[in-house]
Amino acid sequence: MKPKSDNVLTFPKPLTQQEHRLGRGSKINHPGVILASTFKYFTLVLACVVVLLPLLVIFMASFKTEQEFYNTPVLSLPSNFLNLQNFSDAFTGGLMLQGFANTTIILVFSCTGTILIGTMTAYVLSRFNFRLNKVVSGLFLLAALIPGVSTQVATFQIVSGLGLFNKISSNIILNLGTDVISVYIFLQFLNGIPRELDEAALIDGASFLDVYWRIILPLLMPAIATVLIIKGVGIYNDFYTPFLYMPGKGLGTISTSLFRFIGPYNAHWEVICAGVVITIIPTLVIFLFLQKYIYNGLTQGSVK
Amino acid sequence: MANNSFSSSSFTYKRQKIIIGILFLIVPLILLLVFTYLPAINMVLYSFTKWDGFGTVDKYVGIQNYIDIFTKPEYFSVFGVSLFYFVGSIVQIALALYFATIVSFNVRFKNLFKGILFFPSLINGVAIAFTFLYFFQPEGGLDTVVKALGGSNTPLWLGERSLINISLTGVSIWRYMGFNFVMFVGAIQSIPSEIYEASELDGAGRWQQFLYIILPGIRLILTLNLILSIKGALSVFEIPYIMTGGMNGSSTFVIQTVNTAFKLNKVGLASAMAVILLVLIVIVTIIQNVVLNDKEDVQKL
Repeated sequence: MKPKSDNVLTFPKPLTQQEHRLGRGSKINHPGVILASTFKYFTLVLACVVVLLPLLVIFMASFKTEQEFYNTPVLSLPSNFLNLQNFSDAFTGGLMLQGFANTTIILVFSCTGTILIGTMTAYVLSRFNFRLNKVVSGLFLLAALIPGVSTQVATFQIVSGLGLFNKISSNIILNLGTDVISVYIFLQFLNGIPRELDEAALIDGASFLDVYWRIILPLLMPAIATVLIIKGVGIYNDFYTPFLYMPGKGLGTISTSLFRFIGPYNAHWEVICAGVVITIIPTLVIFLFLQKYIYNGLTQGSVK
Repeated sequence: MANNSFSSSSFTYKRQKIIIGILFLIVPLILLLVFTYLPAINMVLYSFTKWDGFGTVDKYVGIQNYIDIFTKPEYFSVFGVSLFYFVGSIVQIALALYFATIVSFNVRFKNLFKGILFFPSLINGVAIAFTFLYFFQPEGGLDTVVKALGGSNTPLWLGERSLINISLTGVSIWRYMGFNFVMFVGAIQSIPSEIYEASELDGAGRWQQFLYIILPGIRLILTLNLILSIKGALSVFEIPYIMTGGMNGSSTFVIQTVNTAFKLNKVGLASAMAVILLVLIVIVTIIQNVVLNDKEDVQKL
């Protein structure tokens, strides 16, 4: 046995193949190892508490009556978990229902559009040897440099000049027009698929449209899933675009209708809390079901 | 004859190819030009004017807006706020690296920890802002915790000028740490396990493994995250805008730009600010591309 190191991250025993890939079996009896292990779990649990506590406080407050809210400590359980009054207030009075409807419309059109536009662009850029392809690729690459957050001052003038201000289409078209990441994900994926597949179909007499629709699109499915996750999460959480372009009363999205709670419900934090819970629940459900895809998709999107 | 049909089909294919090529590219290109390039070009033009955003672009003033931004402290002081977020993201990356490392060695409930730590980065920004607006309230969640731990005088987390940016940066760390963490976990997992096994045979401890295997193995992804955090620190908007409206010295560059453009209607000045932000971000991105020229390693993730 090697001498014990005083570093908490140092484990003295060598690892066998049967044990966990990078890990170690359960026969840990060294005091240093126990200390290190305790510290490890302590910090992990602490981090989880830090993450969960603010959410837990909100969650509990959302079930409290107004009376209860002001007279009980923040960390106390609500007296009745079936008190859904705040939720119905948030849904109807706070127009969250409308927010969900608008966000859904934006999501459906933006995602469909992004996938069509992105795959079509990637198909032409990857498979057709046009002389202008390099220029077009360059334009998309260069556009990735321009952060949307900085150009809104001027984008606003264009959107209002086109008469799209205060229309739901403004958000959809901006989601489509400023999306470069999707094109790149598709392009990269497509460059990894051998050309022989679609060339064979062309030789068999298929048209380019057939090849795109029957071969390229189905092959791109994993990339489409990635793009859907990146775009879906991005659009659901987008505050900036609807805030700037859709201030109209009936045009709230999830983000902006929740944001508008701050005025009328300023004194009603229990309703605001319910609004927050309503906003988070769809995200939580999606996350629980698509965990693996979400990890891969989102981290991929940020690397590109 | 075979020759004939081949040439005629290749002719139609050529034409078909051109038609499809144009049809497929025309919409994306128009959208890209109108909503990405045109605004960027217009913005530069606006930045040389004192235009108010109404009617035709007028009141050409040369580089006066830029001079104003760089000489009046009220404008460039907001970059000081970016520093809070930048330091915050260094802390965030350090925490993420620590948790990614310990989770990559043997840990029970690994997926549970991973899920909990990652989840905040998926949550809607407005929901996060409200959650912490409530959490930071006097007698709110944070005060309760501080008192439970024996603290007595709880400050106004969002009320004191010396504290407000630290509180807001804390929210930012809460929100994004898990994202870095998951990226690092992925990077660490892509290091071939034989390397660890070989190092263990050589008697390397965990600390040595971290220093000589993990750290070099994820060097690129670590650099990328550091660079992205500079961009992030420059473009902070949502959380402080919703939580404080930029009051009490918590205004960021983007908040100031948005207010200048849309509240004060000084589109010219706001454009100059946006151009500066654009230039800064482009510089950072160029550095990023130079540093990460070795793209192979990044793409493995």
